[in-house]
Amino acid sequence: MAQLTYRASVSLAIAQSMRKDQKVFFIGEDVGAAGGVFKATVGLLEEFGKERVMDAPISEQAILGAAMGAAMTGLRPIAEIMFSDFLAVCWDIVANQIAKTRYMSDGQINIPLVIRTANGGGSKFGAQHSQSLENWSMMIPGLKVVAPSCPSDVLGLMDSAVKDPDPVIFYEHKSLYAFKEEIEQTDISIPIGEANTLHEGKDITIIGLALMAQRAKEAALILKDKHDINAKVIDLRSLVPLDLQTIKKSVIETGHVLTVEENPRLCGWGAEISSLISEHCFKNLKGPVTRVTTPHVPLPSADILEDNTIPSVELIVNEVIKKLKGE
Amino acid sequence: MVDKLNDDIGEEKRLQLWEMMLKLRLVEKKAYDLFLQNLIKGTSHLALGQEAIAGAFGVALKQGDYTFCTYRGHAHTLARGSSIEGVLGELMGRQCGLMKGKGGSMHLTDVDKGVMGSYAIIGAHLTIANGTALASKYNKTNEVSVCFFGDGTTNIGAFHEALNMAKIWNLPIVFVCENNLYMEYTPIHEVTAVEHPAADRAGAYDLDKIIVDGNDADEMLRTAEKAISKAREGKGPSLIEAKTYRHSGHSRADPGKYRPDEEVKDWMENKDPIKNYRAKLLDFNINEKIISEIEEKIKDQVEKATEISMASPIPEIKEIYTDVWANGGSEWHN
Repeated sequence: MAQLTYRASVSLAIAQSMRKDQKVFFIGEDVGAAGGVFKATVGLLEEFGKERVMDAPISEQAILGAAMGAAMTGLRPIAEIMFSDFLAVCWDIVANQIAKTRYMSDGQINIPLVIRTANGGGSKFGAQHSQSLENWSMMIPGLKVVAPSCPSDVLGLMDSAVKDPDPVIFYEHKSLYAFKEEIEQTDISIPIGEANTLHEGKDITIIGLALMAQRAKEAALILKDKHDINAKVIDLRSLVPLDLQTIKKSVIETGHVLTVEENPRLCGWGAEISSLISEHCFKNLKGPVTRVTTPHVPLPSADILEDNTIPSVELIVNEVIKKLKGE
Repeated sequence: MVDKLNDDIGEEKRLQLWEMMLKLRLVEKKAYDLFLQNLIKGTSHLALGQEAIAGAFGVALKQGDYTFCTYRGHAHTLARGSSIEGVLGELMGRQCGLMKGKGGSMHLTDVDKGVMGSYAIIGAHLTIANGTALASKYNKTNEVSVCFFGDGTTNIGAFHEALNMAKIWNLPIVFVCENNLYMEYTPIHEVTAVEHPAADRAGAYDLDKIIVDGNDADEMLRTAEKAISKAREGKGPSLIEAKTYRHSGHSRADPGKYRPDEEVKDWMENKDPIKNYRAKLLDFNINEKIISEIEEKIKDQVEKATEISMASPIPEIKEIYTDVWANGGSEWHN
């Protein structure tokens, strides 16, 4: 049993995939010699050499284009986009090319690649280095969207993402890189599309992703200890494919739902979840689905401003109490 | 006069090139006719007048090599050996189409022939072509990747990102700029800082400045063969600027009225690659009967392929829901 950080689990997950399959290579900016700006890829260049760990220029389109072209021939590239915000400069390659080529070619071409990227706020980096952009990619047919909330999920989901025959965007949360977990087995696989329960309960269903899933779990512990509320916390782990069955099962039991998103409210993933719940579980609902999101603003930088923009444990606790006890 | 004694190309290859160019020309003409009959919907970008470039590469490339082209890609697809009914059928939205109607005119793809797609967003495919080239280098195999694009592409960022990456990683790739003098409706020189939109940028990426008459099929073939050999021998990328001219407008919606009549007339009458190549074949004492037989053969092939396409069924509606994912389906939740 060893303690592993989320950060260390990233490099370990990549290394494990590269050891297993010669077709896997890794490309990105500052990923090799520098070990990544978040130090999440330390040691890979030393183990696999320059042919398989490629330091690329600041050319996000060229990086993802090269990864896509290589994947079209059957290789299995892992490409890093340093901050998810930078996806905006290569969104054509992601949204028009990687996502649609299989369909447009009538299935002639598979694109088995992984785009990993540092996502989310908490670092006071301001509006262009802090966004949570999972919803950008979930609305495009052809992309799988994964966002692990803990080291073991990084290991298990990365293994599946690399083996997946379809393109996967792998959103790593910056504020979780220091998150630690006791891990018995590192070479594990977790299927993409299976949600995880972080806390059991039958009073309310709280649905979160990545950092918000961990905050929801902390909130659930407080709700249980101090307010006698038993919340079920569902960590979606992936938005596409989505584990609707796990959501439905819990909502039928609880009748109350709260989604917790780090993105601005409009068209956030919680809106789709809320819509699905009203479609599939309307008769089981005891009240409206509540969405906790950031306000519809770019993320500000100063401590007090960012901290009050991103949903906190306290906010989740208060929203649940308000919902269940009308306080 | 031609130098028959020092002929580096030879009759066999010339006839191959003739047949290839003629096929590209006659299929495009047929596509235009089918448009007028409203049998092809959507848009279409014809490469009439630019056949020597795709044709020369079609002759010079080997099976297994990768090509990438743009939305003006019917010719480049046919040049790799894709079937005429596969192309026309796709334009007409029939089941016999290369992608059974899923992609359409701007996305012709035929992986078995090395046609790795036709790309409709300017610039993207230069970066993607680097990827197949990177794969050849990674796997230590010797395929060459060729990427065709227009003059307008030289002003978008992806062009510059792709050239830099190809050079620093010494990739086995040939970038081919088909400079037809117009970026859609605008003369390219009015919107470009340099005279030769591709070739004048080559030096910035430590590449040779290569300009070729893209309507001279022999010159085009020599240039293609040289660049392909260089890539195959591991000596890195090339950037070729081939001067040419499109006989029709930018797309179906464009009659091309922004071009001076004299200019159009000069290119159509004096610089037509097909007309000039026919004359050249005669100069090389190739029997006119052989030339005409090839013409008749291609005409016949195009007519037969048109019949096959018209007889082919339209796609089934259930096809909408197939092939988003590698499992063949489109489900996004359980």
